[in-house]
Amino acid sequence: MFIVVTTMDSGESQVSEYQNRRWMNIRKLLERSGPFCHPDFEPSAEILDFIMNSCKVLVVGAGGLGCELLKDLALMGFKKIHIVDMDTIELSNLNRQFLFRKNDIGLSKAKCAVEFVNKRIPGCEAVAHHCTIQSLDEGFYRQFHIIVCGLDSIVARRWLNGMLVSLLEYNDDRSLDQSSVIPMVDGGTEGFKGNARVILPGMSACIECTLDLYPPQKTYPLCTIANTPRLPEHCIEYVKVIQWAKENPWGSGTALDGDDPQHVAWVYEKAQERAMKHGIANVTYRLTQGVLKNIIPAVASTNAAIAAACATEVFKLASSCCVNMNNYMILNMADGVYTYTFSAEKRQDCIACSNTPHVMEIESNATLQVIYDKLCEDQGYMMKSPGITTVINGRNKTLYMSSIKSIEERTRDNLKKKVTEMGLYNGADILVADVTTPSTITIKLKLIENEDVEMSR
Amino acid sequence: MIKLFSLKQQKKDEEGSARAGGSQKKASAAQLRITKDLNELNLPKTCSTEFPDPDDLLNFKLIICPDEGFYRGGRFVFSFKVGPNYPHEPPKVKCETAVYHPNIDLEGNVCLNILREDWKPVLTVNSIVYGLQYLFLEPNPEDPLNKEAADELQSNRRLFEQHVQRAMRGGYVGSSYFERCLK
Repeated sequence: MFIVVTTMDSGESQVSEYQNRRWMNIRKLLERSGPFCHPDFEPSAEILDFIMNSCKVLVVGAGGLGCELLKDLALMGFKKIHIVDMDTIELSNLNRQFLFRKNDIGLSKAKCAVEFVNKRIPGCEAVAHHCTIQSLDEGFYRQFHIIVCGLDSIVARRWLNGMLVSLLEYNDDRSLDQSSVIPMVDGGTEGFKGNARVILPGMSACIECTLDLYPPQKTYPLCTIANTPRLPEHCIEYVKVIQWAKENPWGSGTALDGDDPQHVAWVYEKAQERAMKHGIANVTYRLTQGVLKNIIPAVASTNAAIAAACATEVFKLASSCCVNMNNYMILNMADGVYTYTFSAEKRQDCIACSNTPHVMEIESNATLQVIYDKLCEDQGYMMKSPGITTVINGRNKTLYMSSIKSIEERTRDNLKKKVTEMGLYNGADILVADVTTPSTITIKLKLIENEDVEMSR
Repeated sequence: MIKLFSLKQQKKDEEGSARAGGSQKKASAAQLRITKDLNELNLPKTCSTEFPDPDDLLNFKLIICPDEGFYRGGRFVFSFKVGPNYPHEPPKVKCETAVYHPNIDLEGNVCLNILREDWKPVLTVNSIVYGLQYLFLEPNPEDPLNKEAADELQSNRRLFEQHVQRAMRGGYVGSSYFERCLK
């Protein structure tokens, strides 16, 4: 928190005096050494300049965590902050998403958050992106030094993780080019519980490495909700899973939308009928909404604590002033306050970050059969029955898969085709799955000109 | 731990001046994982798969033709929809063939624990195939979805068997009509 002091003295010295006081505490961290500093840390005034004028940080999500993160980072001195969120502001956000006011309801979260912070914090140049993370491309993500996430979706985390892993570059000896690493600081909260972690893609455990740590969505056995409901949740689940598809109140093909008040009201009414029939109490509109949208009430103080931990890690990464947490912190405030930090381990068979690209050299007029034979016979692969797919213009394409009869029959002819005929090119990736590898691997094709062709020209 | 940014190379590429190569969409983690699952699919001889679009590995059908038990001689089609959060979330599986079965209702919902509450990311499409096959060999009246069928299996096995046969040949059981599904 800073206070603008206005006195009757001359303006200019007031401004610099204010600037001095504004950054005094940050500079104590950046311009002095100390026993807790990173071993390679060299105190200097340049670091604050880097943080303020060069370091580009992307905040993903402008909700409960995102508002906290944006405020924390801006007050720390980061100016070049981008924030992305596809959502608009709802009434129920206002208790904790403190950058929004009642008049903002219906407007873009990213835009309102940026407008507020830029106005409130002098010098801040935050930029808003009101869109999905998937609509932004590699070039966009590559411009950032650090990405920090306050997301509520596992799918979104996995997508972003995949993007950052795909930006990694490898040297010829297959070692990681560290300048291509964009650190991802990820926060998450659920009620009184939360976690914060630091991911160095390609170097430390990534989202896919620890996918098993995410709790499964709360589900009830189908037979229980169908025949022996005991809880109000069972009745709501029944309407959601079975009755909706059976009765199609809005015509077949209309999916149940937890954000549509009419849908929720319909489910609520039917769930009440069912609860009555089975003598179950406490089916409420709020509970219906909660079960449909999987809502766990958000707690402002959990968000604040987790965002603070994340922002601190961003600061450490940007300045190297301290060693980062290693690498996964959990926080539980349900009963007292408990935190524990442990080192999540990188999985050797991680589907995302263990998949360092192999390179395969083939002649530019080679057929798919040549690739298939190489996969089966080359010392480096020795595969049994590789399934080969690729992505062309954003669409998945199955090139050959022998293990599934119906696919084998329809892709057999591809073996005779030249790879270039199927849309593959120099530098294209093919994805290969086989029993001999723990997960699907990526192989980059290197097409070399056929000498005979060259000579006959 | 590395010192990620030496201050010398602190300027990042501006947007748009991205390195050559453009933005090539990468396969999602769900896609990579399902490719692996399918390539290693080890079907029992009573099962086969159908892919309406061989480029779309996320949507396919499984056909089970049991060779023993109550449902011998039948042909049952299941649709699999694999979502973007696979394997964190299980595929959505529905039975497209009307069947008189204690654990499958007339809308095609299937009561199999690993399809809902007991799903784990280590499980694969193969686990589900075996689970579904098991449902036909050992219908479980303890966890009923079609309560009528379950009660009947418990109280009068012969009658249940007759009704299963009638349903598979095509006809009414109670007030429900079943299409013929014999092989």
